[in-house]
Amino acid sequence: MDNGCFSSPRRDFPAGLRVLVVDDDPTWLKILEKMLKKCNYEVTTCCLARHALNLLRERKDGYDIVISDVNMPDMDGFKLLEHVGLEMDLPVIMMSVDGETSRVMKGVQHGACDYLLKPIRMKELRNIWQHVFRKRIHEAREFESFESFESIHLMRNGSELSDDGNLFAVEDVTSTKKRKDADNKHDDKDCLDPSSTKKARVVWSVDLHQKFVKAVNQIGFDKVGPKKILDLMNVPWLTRENVASHLQKYRLYLSRIQKENGHRSSSSGMKHSDFPSKDLESFGFQNSVNKQQNDVPIDSYNFSDGSLQPKNVETKSHEGELKKIVSQSTVAEKGRALTGNIADTNMEESSRIGLNQPFVPLESEANHAVFDCNMPLQYSWSEVPHMQLKEDHKSLVNLGDNFSQLPLHGKQHHIRVDQSQSVASISSTPSITDEEVAACAEPKPLFADYKNDYASSVSSIGNAVVDTFPIQSGSLVMNDQSSESISTSNSVLKTQGYNNLSGISDLEIYQRNLLLDEDLHLYWLQGESYNMNFGLQNIGISEYYDLGLVTEAPTHLYDSADYSVIDQGLFIA
Amino acid sequence: MEVDQMQRQCLDYTKSLFLEGFLDGQFVQLQQLQDENNHDFVVEVVSLFFEDSERLLNDLTFALDQKSIDFKKVDAHVHQLKGSSSSIGAQRVKNCCIEFRNFCEEQNIDACLSCLQQVKQEYCHVKNKLETLIRLEQQIVAAGGSIPTMEF
Repeated sequence: MDNGCFSSPRRDFPAGLRVLVVDDDPTWLKILEKMLKKCNYEVTTCCLARHALNLLRERKDGYDIVISDVNMPDMDGFKLLEHVGLEMDLPVIMMSVDGETSRVMKGVQHGACDYLLKPIRMKELRNIWQHVFRKRIHEAREFESFESFESIHLMRNGSELSDDGNLFAVEDVTSTKKRKDADNKHDDKDCLDPSSTKKARVVWSVDLHQKFVKAVNQIGFDKVGPKKILDLMNVPWLTRENVASHLQKYRLYLSRIQKENGHRSSSSGMKHSDFPSKDLESFGFQNSVNKQQNDVPIDSYNFSDGSLQPKNVETKSHEGELKKIVSQSTVAEKGRALTGNIADTNMEESSRIGLNQPFVPLESEANHAVFDCNMPLQYSWSEVPHMQLKEDHKSLVNLGDNFSQLPLHGKQHHIRVDQSQSVASISSTPSITDEEVAACAEPKPLFADYKNDYASSVSSIGNAVVDTFPIQSGSLVMNDQSSESISTSNSVLKTQGYNNLSGISDLEIYQRNLLLDEDLHLYWLQGESYNMNFGLQNIGISEYYDLGLVTEAPTHLYDSADYSVIDQGLFIA
Repeated sequence: MEVDQMQRQCLDYTKSLFLEGFLDGQFVQLQQLQDENNHDFVVEVVSLFFEDSERLLNDLTFALDQKSIDFKKVDAHVHQLKGSSSSIGAQRVKNCCIEFRNFCEEQNIDACLSCLQQVKQEYCHVKNKLETLIRLEQQIVAAGGSIPTMEF
């Protein structure tokens, strides 16, 4: 296996396969160790799941495969399975003396690549290398498609990434693949061969994924099905199978986010850094999209004076800025997934501390890593009073509450609404083509940087939102006026964008669904009325509004960032 | 006694254990795993089994002795014992555990207690048998011979 694409090729594969065995039964541990050694594998044994996780975390690339018992005293084997899958993305084999169908099914559902029944025979262990091999091939394919896609984008400046782009990319993949084929004896003929109908790989571009997410949201996550999505997407060359597999990944992705929310403390950083080429691939997508829109210099961005007041914001320029920021972030993200990860971790921690202050330092970190021009924005944020911001980093979760309060329309509520809306607008910025929107959205990308994908989500949201929500021109009329009108439109946009961000929205919506139940929907329903009311009550709130944008966004981003990070992963089909 | 005589005796004894259902194919696997690198492998594994089983049996006795029995815990112990016994191929013990678990599910205290007795008995049986076998094998090795293995 001397394929350059493989992570750790060994000449005598599968000999030397590094196996980690986890079992609380000392007798089995000894037997398995002996059996695996007889297969010429490198064995490490462990009788505690927690200890096993530590070992895996210490040596990220130290193991090829994990074999674990299902019943263990300190941790459920399935939980360990999830952790390993999420954090290290290693193949995991479950084993148990209990062979009940339900258990086996649970194992498979949790991501086990195999389920062995005890007593385990030698011959069963001899073949475990196939799981490692299979995974490597899979990753190699994805990596290749990413690479070739990457090169395509680099070549095409300024051209829109559309469906044509997809086909073009696919074709290009073939040519790059041919190059790789020369070195790679192990590649199958139909690997990444776009012309063969049998296994034509669909490249899930930003555009395509946006359509997908939009369709999913339209249908309703619970009632979603590949056929429905396919119909809604209206992409002629896409097949039901393509959608089905993408949906499956999407689901796994969303469920992972949930878990990630629960395991932020230590694993998040690692997790991100462990993200396979998928992340890169999605970044690549984003990259291309953003690059196309990179005409306007960011300098015109007006945050440095400490407020988000959209002063003479030009629609196009702001959009461009936004996109540029996004693209910058994606570019940076691409090249620095780890950086983003670090920022990520930092952000999360700070979010726990509280929104206001930690946020600023975080921003500077992330911005440093990713953006240059966004610096002023950071500073401005720190200056803004954070009264309305909730200390708890979970305030984003409360957004739903805020939203649901909107119809109540108290003056206090407005402020709150602003905040929440500002958050929403941030996410929806790209969608709103007006400058106000862009202005409001700007801060979002910054936040997005923290979470690698955010930028991509932002841009994707832009695409999606525009499509999904016919932004009412009425609410946006105020663009030319003072900040109050802008805030209004922002809030309006937020309302809409909040619900309809395709990229982030699904994530948000999904999360909202999880956390806020129907709050979000309620808010959504009342979006229209918000527009109206906001206009009246935005006066004098613009500062807060900005504040809200600034402060809320990050936390909001934190939550959704997870999604966006993973969302990017979805771009790889 | 001649080495080959001892070997024959050992083989016959092992066969009888299989025929009587004390041991199953897993034990043969263990024997096959033993090689020149690790000629005490079977003994080590069997010793581990003894230790583990005795601990589990104690835990089981304790758990079933409580005023209010935690059947989940009892079931967990039995499950562990089942796994342990399957590791060396102690078939009878394993079968006992399967029955034991059913009664745990039903939360039938009396049946559980009787199962506990049964599993303890089976464990003692297989322990004796294995100890005898190991002694025979060690005699052969001491006499310069090699341990005969069965093909299963």
